[in-house]
Amino acid sequence: MTVNLTMAVVLAGLYAVGFYLLMQRSLMRVILGIVILGHGANLFLQVAGGPPGEPVFAGTALIEAMVDPLPQALALTAIVITFALTTFLLALAYRSWALLGHDEVQDDVEDRRIREAERRREGMDESDEPDAEAAEAVAGFEAPEASEEVPR
Amino acid sequence: MTVLVALPVLLPLLAAALSLIVMRSPRMQRLIGVTVLTAIAVIAGVLLAESDKHGPVVLQLGGYAAPFGITLIADRLAALLLLTSALVTLAVLVFSIGQRITDYGRQTASTAFHPMYLMLCAGVSLAYLTGDLFNLFVAFEIMLASSYVLITRRTTAERVRASMTYVIVSLTSSLLFITMIALVYAATGTVNLAALPEKIGELDPGVQTSLGLFMVVVFGIKAALVPLHFWLPDSYPTAPAPITAVFAGLLTKVGVYALIRTQTLVFIHDESWTVLLVVAMLTMIIGVLGAIAQNDLNRMLSFLLVSHIGYMLFGLALFTVIGLAGVILYVVHHITVQAALFLTSGLITRHTGTVSLQAMSGVAKAYPLIAVLFALPALSLAGIPPFSGFVAKIALLQAGAAVGTPAAYAVTAAAVLTSLLTLFAVTKIWVGAFWGKVAEPHPDPDPTDEVTVGTGSTSKGMLVSTGGLVAVSVLIAVFAGPLADMSERAAADLLDGGAYRTAVLGEAGGE
Repeated sequence: MTVNLTMAVVLAGLYAVGFYLLMQRSLMRVILGIVILGHGANLFLQVAGGPPGEPVFAGTALIEAMVDPLPQALALTAIVITFALTTFLLALAYRSWALLGHDEVQDDVEDRRIREAERRREGMDESDEPDAEAAEAVAGFEAPEASEEVPR
Repeated sequence: MTVLVALPVLLPLLAAALSLIVMRSPRMQRLIGVTVLTAIAVIAGVLLAESDKHGPVVLQLGGYAAPFGITLIADRLAALLLLTSALVTLAVLVFSIGQRITDYGRQTASTAFHPMYLMLCAGVSLAYLTGDLFNLFVAFEIMLASSYVLITRRTTAERVRASMTYVIVSLTSSLLFITMIALVYAATGTVNLAALPEKIGELDPGVQTSLGLFMVVVFGIKAALVPLHFWLPDSYPTAPAPITAVFAGLLTKVGVYALIRTQTLVFIHDESWTVLLVVAMLTMIIGVLGAIAQNDLNRMLSFLLVSHIGYMLFGLALFTVIGLAGVILYVVHHITVQAALFLTSGLITRHTGTVSLQAMSGVAKAYPLIAVLFALPALSLAGIPPFSGFVAKIALLQAGAAVGTPAAYAVTAAAVLTSLLTLFAVTKIWVGAFWGKVAEPHPDPDPTDEVTVGTGSTSKGMLVSTGGLVAVSVLIAVFAGPLADMSERAAADLLDGGAYRTAVLGEAGGE
């Protein structure tokens, strides 16, 4: 099959922007990354069907001139799925913001454990209760400032 | 007969809708869930017998001939895993109902749980039964979307971070899955699993390898292979015990199943694949070392889960009949054992009120039954004879030695080492949680959330369902002979692929 250069460049752009945003620290950007990556993937399904052609209605065009309908069906399904999951993700991000009061992606649990261990090794005088700190790190949660009203 | 193949997907989907309609009546919801999952188990048993006797059972959806329509197919492997999954989901549902009744009484309804759980089961069944790459994606999405809801129900601040990681990682892998399908379709013009091998075989070897590796990455994220495993120990332990049990038992194994299916059916490997062997070795070693470093019971079990995915990959990477037979045995064993361990962990934390191994002690003296329920699957996981883990591991080790290349020997040695380290890890749990003086339970840190630790009460339903799962894992060891024969036949089918293709495409496709 022939490859449309414009489409290839657009796809490359969408994937690059999507993955770049996905690696950001702010949750909103991560979600935008998922959205753009989703557009890229769905467009890719379309492009995989080959060059555009006549619509697939029996008797309206030559079979050779018709476009391949299967990728369109697949892309439609994939679009619905990504759309639904984006909505879910937005709801989850809102819950996260409501509970935590910010939309920063938090550090990994293991990273925090290592940091705590390092801090304890450096200066025992700073931390008065190393055990309590370790327990907190294991529990994997440092209570940040929650917003005043928490919608349930 | 062929319509039976659709039922394991259709029944839970319809039941999920029905379950939503009757959400005011908790009793009806429970009845629907248990009935449907029992029915799936029975159907899976029939499918297994049928596919073993007469070859794969095939249904072409909507009457479209393959490779144009969607195919549902139950061969030996799919039926066997369907049966195991049905038993595990049933046990977990009973556990979950027992827990709900103990904590909130009979009359409270949990609106979302039952419908979502049934959707999850539908997704898992569809993933096993589908014979179409895009349909496999849809199956994954049904399964994952319900798992997102299950893991984020009544999130607290602590759990929202973990579930966010889970959702975003899974979504990214799903988008990579779409990309992979687009690439496969662009290269071959079909997404039917039975029609793909011929088309893939015509491609340039470089393109074949890149498509194969892309599939390993996509399914590797779901299966938690080592460079792609980081999300799992973060997210699974934060969910309520029954949810963690079904995720740990099933979701990763569905990823492994997709890996096995695509790498044997779609791509033809004549000899062991070194890249996959190395990944298997890393998965085993890094997983188990991660487990030993933990102090949190659930996180430790999650790392052990990652570690043991390595065994399944090891058998697959060999691409021999006995290797694959070992993998199938291992998957069946691991689904039951891992789910049983997480359910027992749920029982333990209900009494101790903490997941920290340092803080709990004396469970063996206070609750001897729970100690037995933990010890059997734990020993099985470590591969102590005569339990199911031993049977599955010995099959894999034999397969590794039979291949006999330096890489295969190295991974075999790593498998033995991992087995010993697993024993060390479960011993650490045993010493921390079960020995010592009986400790006062810690109070539940957050009584409003779904994670009910420290309530100190268990009901018969919870104990019976956990006991049932443990009994299944013991039965696997008892019936190891017939099961190993069955696995071997399934593995031979997988490597040959002819029966599968003939069943889907007719006589012309089997060549």
